[in-house]
Amino acid sequence: MANQAQAVSDSAAEMPQKRPRSHELNALLGLVGIALIFEILGWIFQGQSFLFNTQRLSIMILQVSVVGIIAIGVTQVIITGGIDLSSGSVVGATAMIAMSFAQVSTYPRAVYPELTDLPVIIPILIGLACGIVAGMINGLLIAFTKIPPFIATLGMMVTARGIAKWYTKGQPVSFPTDSFAALGQGMTPVFIFLAIVALFHVALKYTVYGKHTYAIGSNEQAARMSGINVERHLVLVYTIAGLLAGLAGMVIAARGLTAQAGMGIMYELDAIAMAVIGGVSLSGGRGSIIGTLIGAVIFGVIISGFTFLRLDAYYQEMIKGVIIVAAVVADVYRQRMRPRSR
Amino acid sequence: MTGEKRAGAERKVILRTEGLTKHYGGVRALEDANFELLDGEHVAIVGDNGAGKSTFVRQITGVERPTSGKILFDGQEMDFQSPVDAREAGIEAVFQNLALADDLDVPSNIFLGREETYFNLGPFSFLNEKKMLQRSQEALEKTGVKIPNLHNAIANMSGGQRQCVAISRAASFASKLILMDEPTAALGVQETTQVENIIRGLKKRGIPLILVSHNLRQVFNLVDKIWVFRRGRIAGMLEADKTDGNEVVSLITGVQSGVHENASYI
Ligand SMILES: Nc1ncnc2c1ncn2[C@@H]1O[C@H](COP(=O)(O)OP(=O)(O)O)[C@@H](O)[C@H]1O
Ligand SMILES: [Mg+2]
Repeated sequence: MANQAQAVSDSAAEMPQKRPRSHELNALLGLVGIALIFEILGWIFQGQSFLFNTQRLSIMILQVSVVGIIAIGVTQVIITGGIDLSSGSVVGATAMIAMSFAQVSTYPRAVYPELTDLPVIIPILIGLACGIVAGMINGLLIAFTKIPPFIATLGMMVTARGIAKWYTKGQPVSFPTDSFAALGQGMTPVFIFLAIVALFHVALKYTVYGKHTYAIGSNEQAARMSGINVERHLVLVYTIAGLLAGLAGMVIAARGLTAQAGMGIMYELDAIAMAVIGGVSLSGGRGSIIGTLIGAVIFGVIISGFTFLRLDAYYQEMIKGVIIVAAVVADVYRQRMRPRSR
Repeated sequence: MTGEKRAGAERKVILRTEGLTKHYGGVRALEDANFELLDGEHVAIVGDNGAGKSTFVRQITGVERPTSGKILFDGQEMDFQSPVDAREAGIEAVFQNLALADDLDVPSNIFLGREETYFNLGPFSFLNEKKMLQRSQEALEKTGVKIPNLHNAIANMSGGQRQCVAISRAASFASKLILMDEPTAALGVQETTQVENIIRGLKKRGIPLILVSHNLRQVFNLVDKIWVFRRGRIAGMLEADKTDGNEVVSLITGVQSGVHENASYI
């Protein structure tokens, strides 16, 4: 009998153990290819280099960083098998609310004239709290009422946008203190983004939090049977996503020195696109922060590339749509290719 | 093989259920089950589809809570609120639908929900991957399972390998009782043999087992007693060395005669 058992494992060992190329590497190769294509097109149509232009690159990296902060939160949500459509609106609401506590006293039409020149920590904490509350409501709805994530976060998307508009009856909120504005100046957003990337790379890869995030997206039933508190974990994941959207909202407002109710519109889709391009599977269980980082840069290069080629803005929107659909189709195709027994 | 079956009559009862009942709305899935398992004993639960076997397993493992009735485990009345409670009491299970996370590797699956960590930072505790890998290797070795690369996602493995991972998980943590719900139903001949060998290993280690199976050959080869379920009730218990396939089959079907031994159950 021992021999038979041996035979089983031997035949298993003979099975080709070819490791599929990692999604990160695929995405990285894609990035290099896309950048080269724009470089060539640049020389053909514009007579100049696409890549070797510091100004263009720094604008691109700044844009990528702001939406990238959201994409990190969205990545872990998608890995649990969920989705977050509310992040763009949470950006708008947080930008408005945080900014209203960050105004200078010399500005006569401040939202709270008696609450001006506050230490920077106060608007920051308020902004983060806004994101946390929005994310937590998403998480509680999804975990305990079993509303599909798509619907729950769609509700939050509409509600948070409503709050952003209602807050000042549509008036923009401007004139932040220098210390608040510093959040968005120079390359600060890029550093914030990279810090978030590092933090969540570690959290997803090396901690229990990450393991349970993948487990829930992979097989929620198995996660529950194994004693993972699925509900609590989902609330935590969505809350963190909300917090990151709130952070992004403050960075954007600080960068533009103003907050407007329409800020962050469609950012949720950009963030989802970044994640999916980076190999995060919409069916859950697979993907990584590094993948999303590469996906974010790919997204940035494509948008920046088309701007560089002076492509009309309408075409850019359409192309964005095509990219998102293409990334999802590629994901569905990858699903089919792989064995899965449930 | 027969030597170990004759143990003293004064062995202690490890699990007893009294009037265990589970209704799903109007469906009486399990009705007044009085079941008993002695320490070190291996028993089978057999019965037709829908007889209530899996329902019974789910009540014992804390996956569901019984409608009424008592579960006495190791001398104490238990009221498991969740699988975690049952696990903490020393009960492990291999469920009928594999409770594995396809995208995770072998150590992650074996330690799912009870990861080894370096220092406690709540959910953000750092994983001790090295320790989990090492202990997984030990667990698989103990069960005689060889898997070439433990860092492959479970999804890329054969049904047999996956089942062996699930069984190794249960076997390596179980201290007092293992339940397996049709562990070989989806496996080929060789893989089934391997699972049966793991079960024999558990017998040697003296860990009690409840095996739900449709395969009477397997049941007669492996266990001491056969509990027959029929339409949510326990139809009877037979000692494996004092009965034959015919008797078991007629208990399963409730038909006393005319059932041939080579019916679909063999
Ligand atoms: N969650 C459930 N809800 C409703 N009915 C159920 C549920 N689980 C099992 N049943 C019913 O209970 C009966 C026993 O099922 P089960 O324990 O799975 O049988 P077995 O494992 O012996 O094939 C069946 O009639 C089944 O349809
Ligand atoms: Mg069953």
